[in-house]
Amino acid sequence: MRILFLILGLALFGGQAQAGVFNPQSFMLKNGMQVVLIPNNRVPVVHHMVWYRVGSADEPAGKSGIAHFFEHLMFKGTKKLAPGEFSKVVAKNGGRDNAFTYYDYTGYYQTVAKDRLPIVMEMEADRMTNLTLTAEVIEPERQVILEERRQRTDNNPSAQLREQISTAQYMNHPYRIPVIGWAHEIEDLSLEDLNQFYKKWYAPNNAVLVVEGDITLEELRPLAEKYYGVIHKGGDYERIRPSEPPAHADRRVIKQDQRVRQDSIQRSYLAPSYGSVEKGDTSPYALQVLENILGGGATSRLYRSLVIDQKIADSAGFYYSPTMLDQSTMTFWASAKNGVSIDKVEAALKREIDLLIEKGVSQDEVLRAQKTLVNEAVFARDNLGTAAQVLGNALAIGMSIDQVESWPEAIKAVSRDDVNKALRAVLKDQYSTTALLLSKKEDS
Amino acid sequence: MRYLIIALITFFALPAYALAPVQEVVSEKGIKAWLIEDHTNPIVALRFSFRGGSALDPAGKEGLARLASATMDEGADKWDSQGFQSRLEDLSITLRFEAGMDSFGGRVLTLRENLDAAAEMLNGALTAPRFDTEPVERIRSQILADLRQREEDPDAIAALALYRKIFGDHPYARGSKGTLNGVASVTPSDLHGFVKDRLGKNNLIVGVSGDITPDQLKDLLDKVFGSLPQTAKDWQIAKADPQFKGGLQVINKAVPQSSILFAQKGIERHDEDFYPAYVLNYILGGGGFSSRLYEEVREKRGLVYSVYSYLADYDSAELWMAGAGTQNARVKETLDVVRAEWKKAATEGVSAQEVKDAKTYLTGSFALRFKSSDTIAAILVGMQKDDLPIDFLKTRNELVEAVTPEDVNRVAKKLLKPDQLMTVVVGQPEGL
Repeated sequence: MRILFLILGLALFGGQAQAGVFNPQSFMLKNGMQVVLIPNNRVPVVHHMVWYRVGSADEPAGKSGIAHFFEHLMFKGTKKLAPGEFSKVVAKNGGRDNAFTYYDYTGYYQTVAKDRLPIVMEMEADRMTNLTLTAEVIEPERQVILEERRQRTDNNPSAQLREQISTAQYMNHPYRIPVIGWAHEIEDLSLEDLNQFYKKWYAPNNAVLVVEGDITLEELRPLAEKYYGVIHKGGDYERIRPSEPPAHADRRVIKQDQRVRQDSIQRSYLAPSYGSVEKGDTSPYALQVLENILGGGATSRLYRSLVIDQKIADSAGFYYSPTMLDQSTMTFWASAKNGVSIDKVEAALKREIDLLIEKGVSQDEVLRAQKTLVNEAVFARDNLGTAAQVLGNALAIGMSIDQVESWPEAIKAVSRDDVNKALRAVLKDQYSTTALLLSKKEDS
Repeated sequence: MRYLIIALITFFALPAYALAPVQEVVSEKGIKAWLIEDHTNPIVALRFSFRGGSALDPAGKEGLARLASATMDEGADKWDSQGFQSRLEDLSITLRFEAGMDSFGGRVLTLRENLDAAAEMLNGALTAPRFDTEPVERIRSQILADLRQREEDPDAIAALALYRKIFGDHPYARGSKGTLNGVASVTPSDLHGFVKDRLGKNNLIVGVSGDITPDQLKDLLDKVFGSLPQTAKDWQIAKADPQFKGGLQVINKAVPQSSILFAQKGIERHDEDFYPAYVLNYILGGGGFSSRLYEEVREKRGLVYSVYSYLADYDSAELWMAGAGTQNARVKETLDVVRAEWKKAATEGVSAQEVKDAKTYLTGSFALRFKSSDTIAAILVGMQKDDLPIDFLKTRNELVEAVTPEDVNRVAKKLLKPDQLMTVVVGQPEGL
């Protein structure tokens, strides 16, 4: 999911050539489902997405993994469709489909020829409320998900470490729990748990329909009304989550593993996000500018200092995930050059952070970053699916279309002072987690 | 399912694409490119490829092409490494090289307004890369770190072991990423020699899409490639003699999920049975959520998260590959099911309905590939690499459409060899 945030970060800053970034059109169905259209007529194809405002951070305590497990089950049949048939019908119509789950949302999508859009809309609308789950279909799928966990996490020491970092970084907020869930809790999720989750969160007024492609609003509106507009509105939705208390100590996570052949370090800090800030607080914009200055490739600060000048690291960078509903993180990282001790790399990284707090960033750095970010928008518009991803993501965390479209202005308005204030507010030791991934000799 | 019937019986009226036709553009200096004009966005995507890839790395210098690909953009002509990279970044130009087994390629993605600068930078990188000590040593260290980490990656271990068994002494056995010793041994003079010997106009393929006219492209081609040597140094790669003797190799690795890889002989891209084989592969394991392997291995039994098969086509060898990952306790069951499906397809064939569904997907989804200027440029390079005709985009769906169930079943019987399926498992499988 990291890629997604990059795209969002980059794409949102556009608007040089056109008035807005993606120039979407939007309307609301009577049942409260928002519809967004981004025209793109390069090929007679449409990308159709439904985003639900529910993710792993909305799971009941002790039921980790249920949002993701449920996402898999959305393919397991309704009154009209047999288990597994959904994707087969999409394929038989020359389309592709898939789905994804993250902390704050769950999304389902199909890419099809324009004239097949009604078919996927009918099926997607159908499974919003008509899913028929049985114990028979959930058991093999549970095994699939446990294999997915092994593949993504347990077979990969750096992914295992990332899980541990989150549990240390977040003391109370559910971002501490992995999206895919803990294996022992995945094993215990019951059919009843899953059905309750479905009933609680899946309804048109908790969903956003995003269509990008070769279609007009005049064509889309009647289809949206016909398929989604007839679904009964659900209850009122409120996402109440535990929040972080004040922190009093910095944290340290160390993983030694025989499978690690290059030592590396990352240091993350709790940081504001677009979803978490009060109205008028522009710090996420400033931190995105900071991200470009620190982590934007071969000429960025950290790479130049640790890799090129000091020659102690093979790579170094920085990333920030701004598009979250609640408080997010930003992370400094570096991987040690062969033969260089991780302590030395850590000390150098710490010096860079101290320097940043003390001196801040320069005016030149800010201007250069702003220009780079603005240019990226044109590239984002060129790829079918990017706009839908960006807008769906933004709306799922409570941002507005206007916020997305006016991003270029907001980013251009960021001053050096804004960046320095924002970074100084974030870079507090007691809100940091330092993680080391270290090699380990056999049998030690 | 009634509501679908109408859709399914209507044949795809969809043209493969609503794009401008592919044009062949030849510059004054004789550089040829295929172009799809598209003035929707003010950007230009250029992809290029030189025939001859890492399989040509000399023995003892395995990784030469890879190291070259990662250092040619680290300083050229009047720009040192930081100068080169800063200019790219300031102008939002993406410029990258990539070494494959049989080709050495690259791409440029730029705003139209910076096209001249992009051309100048790419020309510099292709004809006057500096290979200064600092960037070469820096990148070498990064590649060595990656190669060391790959020694711990179950998927990479499985692939290398499989290729070693199949290709023996042939360079394909080394994979395309290089070796620790090879990368450590490459000198700056090797890198200069690589650029001088391997990048000639005669082995160059170019594909372009975006906001550019044929006349502008002619200029661009000469600016970028005009000063390349007329011909690359003569090279020959031994014809591979891949061995498919079946059998299972287990490589012990302490991981909770075993990586499983299978391979048997594949099919040449221009073989008259290629399209039936392509349809067959879709049915067997190529078809995302619809293949037989997906159904039997994942959907019914919950053995894996991913299971797949694909046709791999190298210049001098063809493979039919399949892969899966499962917990150590269920490796045997997974192997059994995959082999049974392989055998079943070979002996019993597939149904007419499966062939029909496969064809509907393969033809209907073709337009979905044309997502961005960059992917379109890549498709244009791929077509030329495979020696396909310039009107291929128009005829391709007809070629798929012409495949009959009889073709598929004849090819299944002829090509699928369950006894020759080579298998590698990396993990701690139980009960084998």
